[in-house]
Amino acid sequence: MNRRNFLRNTGFVAAGSLFVPAFMKPLEAMALDELSLYKNLVVVQLSGGNDGLNTVIPFGNDIYYQKRKSIAIQPDQVIKLNDMQGLNPNMAALQEIYDQGWMTIINDVGYPNPDRSHFRSMDIWQTGSDSNQFLSTGWIGRYLDSNCQTCKFPYTAIEVDDSLSLALKGQTKKGIALKDPAALFRNTNDPFFKTMIQNDKEHLDEDNLGYLYKTMIETSSSASYIQNTSKVYQSKATYPNTGFSNQLKTVSKFISSGLKTRVYYVSLSGFDTHVNQTNQQGNLLKQYSEGMAAFLKDLKANNKLEDTLVITFSEFGRRVEQNASNGTDHGTANNMFVFGGRLQKKGIYNPAPNLGDLDTGDLKYQLDFRQVYGTILDKWLDVNNADILNKKFNTLDFI
Amino acid sequence: MNAKDNFLKVKHLYNRAGFGISYPDLQKLSRKNIDKVVDGLLKKSKNDDNITLVNDVESKRQLLAQAGLYSKKDLTDEEKKMRQDIVRMQNEVSRDLNIGWVSKMINTDAPLKEKMTLFWHGHFACRSNNPYFAQQLNNIQRENGLGSFKTLLVEVSKSPAMLQYLNNQQNRKGRPNENFARELMELFTLGRGNYSEQDIKESARSFTGWQYDKDGGFIFRPNLHDDGTKTFFGKIGNFQGENIIDIILEKPETSQFIARKVYKFFVNDNPNEEQVKELATHFYNSKYDISELMKKMFTSDWFYAPENVGTKIKSPAEFLVGLSREFYVTYNKPQVLIQLQSSLGQYLFNPPNVAGWPGGQSWIDSSSLMLRMRIPSLVLNDGEIDFSGKADPEDEAVIALSRAGTNNANASIKPKSYVNANADWPKFLDTLPKGLTPLELTEFLLQPKLNDKIIKMVSDNKGLRSTSVEITSLPEYQLC
Repeated sequence: MNRRNFLRNTGFVAAGSLFVPAFMKPLEAMALDELSLYKNLVVVQLSGGNDGLNTVIPFGNDIYYQKRKSIAIQPDQVIKLNDMQGLNPNMAALQEIYDQGWMTIINDVGYPNPDRSHFRSMDIWQTGSDSNQFLSTGWIGRYLDSNCQTCKFPYTAIEVDDSLSLALKGQTKKGIALKDPAALFRNTNDPFFKTMIQNDKEHLDEDNLGYLYKTMIETSSSASYIQNTSKVYQSKATYPNTGFSNQLKTVSKFISSGLKTRVYYVSLSGFDTHVNQTNQQGNLLKQYSEGMAAFLKDLKANNKLEDTLVITFSEFGRRVEQNASNGTDHGTANNMFVFGGRLQKKGIYNPAPNLGDLDTGDLKYQLDFRQVYGTILDKWLDVNNADILNKKFNTLDFI
Repeated sequence: MNAKDNFLKVKHLYNRAGFGISYPDLQKLSRKNIDKVVDGLLKKSKNDDNITLVNDVESKRQLLAQAGLYSKKDLTDEEKKMRQDIVRMQNEVSRDLNIGWVSKMINTDAPLKEKMTLFWHGHFACRSNNPYFAQQLNNIQRENGLGSFKTLLVEVSKSPAMLQYLNNQQNRKGRPNENFARELMELFTLGRGNYSEQDIKESARSFTGWQYDKDGGFIFRPNLHDDGTKTFFGKIGNFQGENIIDIILEKPETSQFIARKVYKFFVNDNPNEEQVKELATHFYNSKYDISELMKKMFTSDWFYAPENVGTKIKSPAEFLVGLSREFYVTYNKPQVLIQLQSSLGQYLFNPPNVAGWPGGQSWIDSSSLMLRMRIPSLVLNDGEIDFSGKADPEDEAVIALSRAGTNNANASIKPKSYVNANADWPKFLDTLPKGLTPLELTEFLLQPKLNDKIIKMVSDNKGLRSTSVEITSLPEYQLC
């Protein structure tokens, strides 16, 4: 299929003039310089339940070695951060980042009554719900809904992917998923699509049809804005040639070209390592770390690291004791990483997991993940976290 | 009876109660009174047509083997391989089951029956890794979808898929697990705010001992059942699960909760509370006869009111099935149906959680809408797929294994791929009356009223085939 043609074998010519009423005003007409201090959030999702204990290794604790006879990382291989914890050797690329003070590790993040199903736990992390509560909107989506000063554009949240995660879906507003800004731009500039959004008054009610047209118009405006703003920017940095790094490269391009987007969302999957974990996880951690290191250095070079906060989470950690297949099974609390140029508390944020005090073989959580979200919402995105998380969470002081 | 009016009424009915209608069927049925047409839909739903794709002998063998492997501490390499093989087979059969049901929806001559199954599939939302369990539950929802709500509820509650999904297998005397008891009231019957935490606790005790056995059948285990006295909604007794369900059904709130959900699925996202009440009362008085409820709704004048016609956003399943039915599409690589469901946000048998798919405007975001508008050209015109969609979180283990040793996770460069489907154009065009104009075809294919822009757009069109591709690519086609 010729990608330039939205439909094959149809010969459409755009006609008519643009008439759009106020409530569907295209973004081009909005003032774009309303915001001065610009802060970005990048969320990195590790899908499948990353084994946090083989990521940040508690090498100072004998219990770790007792419970993980065949898959423990030996002390001489660990990249030591203090006398208790250190990084998996595949994460060497992050050592420099850590030493620069651009990284914070938060241990034992979780929530009450944890769920071990990938789907459900991911749902909980993406919506910010309690474990017995079902929300149909995501935490970033509700941030968009809050209509705050800094989140009114439809491209306020961008996921670098083909489809949009629940995390970015609000009740009335949703983020945009795109892998390639040029492709989206081409699609929305196809004559057929253009003809569609040349509006007549009939579509402009706030009903479902109006909603479809509104979505199309916003997609088209956003695609133009994103493409036109970012196309001139050429990154000089080199990234590893992996899909994950490509996503980060796209994000960096958007941030460095000054896109007025607040939240970016990327993901890396394959962490469900029940069998022969060591190589699989090592490989993924290598991709993750090398990609992140390139990304953060690229931001630094463009003077954007101060304005960027990156968080990494996975839907759960894994059980402390390994299984019989040289892998690990689904567990509960896990570590989270925070990166940025303006961290208040650098390095290891809180005590290492207490392997001697487990809840039926699983880590107990020290901090609720919504405290991390709440901190970011309050201190970085400048909204009241209670408005987004449905109740007030105490904030932390990593930023 | 105005012929044109009835034409539109029947078309609306078949869009909501089924997955659209062919032109000749529409012409034929338009000559009948709408009550008769509704009766016809219900009558066609009486035939038995369960899905029997998953082989039950083989599945039971696997269940037994799995149970044996679970109970062992150290597995030999051979046993490990056996366990992996079972999981792989189950994943494969699960995909077959998904495709089997979608094909059934595309080809069925009892569309209301499949539509009801789809409704209950979202209402009693459940995931199971075991395709045999998933098929069982799907058949329960099909068999009872237009029958007694009580029977449906009891059967669903006893199905291994649900017992497993909502942890009733772990609900035992002295160690209650409240998961099932909570969702039974919150999501399946009464709705939030109509029960207390104490009611949940007492209900959970009553369902202790409801389990499934190694053969995948329901079994009541008296030794795990808490046979003490329970107090549930003020009633005192030595209740078992069935008693709890009876008490829940005595409460009119249950009929209101179900009627509202049915209304939102079949009529309008924004329920008219008076009309919901009318339905609920009828449903309650009919002792929860689902056919009575549906008949009442489909024969009410308000069902055909302008605000309820062409105003609902099709679910991905309705969209894909409707398009495939309309143009007699065959999929040469049916796997693509799974990719499409997942990219559009409704991977059947894999609801986001026990609350099901939220529906309505939540189906639509910029990427899902762009994709929906491109699918007709992909399916009908053999266009190239340039999207990949997300992995289902439950497939992560498979991804983890398949990526071992590769450096190229999420690699963006892939060979070109196509939907590889065939629309039967001669058959479709043959169903249309001689001399049908592109404008008339447009009126037939779209549910919303045509506006000037669309009229103008198709007025110069020559071919019906190209008109069909254009029309199904419009935002208006997303509505039914």
